Amino acid sequence: MKIRFWGVRGSIPSPGPQTVRYGGNTTCIEVETDDGQTIILDAGTGIQPLAQSLLKKMPLSCSILLTHTHWDHIQGLPFFIPIFVPLNNIRIYGAFDPVLQRDIRDVLSRQMEYCYFPVREAELKADIHYSSLSEGQALEIGSARITNIIMNHTVINFGYRIDCGGKSVFFTGDNETLYNIYHPGDDYYDEYESLIAQKNRLLVDFIRGVDILIADSAYTEQEYEAKKGWGHGTYEKCIALAREAGAKALYFTHHEPQRSDEELDRIHDGLRTLSGSTAELPCVIASEGLEILV
Amino acid sequence: MNEIRKDLPAMVEKMPAFSQSVHRVIQLTSDINSDPKALVEVIQHDPILMMRILKLVNSPYFGLAQKISSINHAIVYIGINTVKNLALSAAVIGVLPSTNAAGFDMDGFLRHSLSTAIIARIIARKSGVQERDVFDYFLSGLLHDFGKIVFAHFLPHEFQKALALAKEEGIHFYEAEQRVFTVDHTQIGSLLGEKWNLPSHLVACLRQHHDHDQEHSLIIDAVSAANQISKELKLGDSGESMIENIPKRISDLFGMEMAGIIASLGDVNGEMEKAMVFIK
Repeated sequence: MKIRFWGVRGSIPSPGPQTVRYGGNTTCIEVETDDGQTIILDAGTGIQPLAQSLLKKMPLSCSILLTHTHWDHIQGLPFFIPIFVPLNNIRIYGAFDPVLQRDIRDVLSRQMEYCYFPVREAELKADIHYSSLSEGQALEIGSARITNIIMNHTVINFGYRIDCGGKSVFFTGDNETLYNIYHPGDDYYDEYESLIAQKNRLLVDFIRGVDILIADSAYTEQEYEAKKGWGHGTYEKCIALAREAGAKALYFTHHEPQRSDEELDRIHDGLRTLSGSTAELPCVIASEGLEILV
Repeated sequence: MNEIRKDLPAMVEKMPAFSQSVHRVIQLTSDINSDPKALVEVIQHDPILMMRILKLVNSPYFGLAQKISSINHAIVYIGINTVKNLALSAAVIGVLPSTNAAGFDMDGFLRHSLSTAIIARIIARKSGVQERDVFDYFLSGLLHDFGKIVFAHFLPHEFQKALALAKEEGIHFYEAEQRVFTVDHTQIGSLLGEKWNLPSHLVACLRQHHDHDQEHSLIIDAVSAANQISKELKLGDSGESMIENIPKRISDLFGMEMAGIIASLGDVNGEMEKAMVFIK
């Protein structure tokens, strides 16, 4: 498999001299399977430059897997050129919105309504198929098998695991490590602890042994104190998860929009002491254009 | 004062409480900094609300791989924000009655209440009402005809008479109620609103939504307009078939009359279908 990062930023695109090296586009990851299938994880603004690179492959057949439908994960979709071109075959997968009872097509069509975008979803020329996934529903795309698990975010968010040719990658989407809402001594503290342990076991088993773990690491532990409940992870907790699941390499993504290249370098240097021997768990801060062969 | 009027306060007293938990859920879900523990506690103390949420979470809409057995379990599994949003929908819509009385078409009544709520909410948003106040429009629309339920529940025979009278004589249903009960659903509905400790502007809405003789607040006019639009679109059945004029303030705000306003509302039916899932 070939994995390429096209957008590594969280929340909002952040172009500028401070973010030139790591990049300012929001989440988009391309996975090319061994048999040449194109799988796209999330459709943040990084999907626009990705589209440019795919033009030569048209008529294109690809699958877009959405972890969730917050803006920074879908806002590039209306600018994904292949959706306007006949004969392209695009399959879009994501969660059903259980609160407002809308399927993934309905959720995505709304961002192309008259007041937001000049072309309505109904006018798109490519052959587009939408599928709302339920948790654990497996997909076969060429020689790849894709499964999902619900992570902890402020909306239903799927983490996706792609297995292909004996290799594997897992992308968390947006995820905050579970924490107990009770204090020690509260009535429900112990029950909540055991529920967290149970959910964590499911997650660790799901990720176990992946070659590549790509994880939401928006915050440092210090920053996290003020951002608890916002649905994002920290560098330290991602390392802990990678270790527990026996991941072979960890890639940090969803960088804070304000985070400069220098700051990301500093964080990376600091992590070496945190993660102990980097030979045991290579930790990389994902950057736009970074390509991994696995 | 005749016999029936003396009975009224007792009837209102016997109506189920607009539970404290619904108030609390609305309060907690309106505060970005609210403590998740407090929300869990409110839900856990209201078995009906708790069952409704667990039923939803375990429904095929979520399609979860695990069976969810408690509110804490739901929070761990799908996250506090999703549970919070579900609780709000479940709490509010759960206020609607589900039992049949007096042969009154409860499903039709439910649809009328819900569509009035949804249209009132759209009108509020289009009128530039702040998002934190928009919910009051929804709730007022939902509850505006609740007085009818008191009649249908406690005086089913007379209620049927009022329904027939309105139909035969082609008069407003509230006029028929006044002839049969000497009071109408707006009066008894507002008594119920007071019993439920609803804020005074919501009680005023229950009381005055048919009263076109005086100047009202925007919320009363919005609910009154939504009520007429719901009937015009035949979204449900309120027991009333006569359609009144849209309050002038609303037609002035939209710069058009009923048909134009309806055309500008968007997909009311779609909104309805989504909301109905919570009750079915």
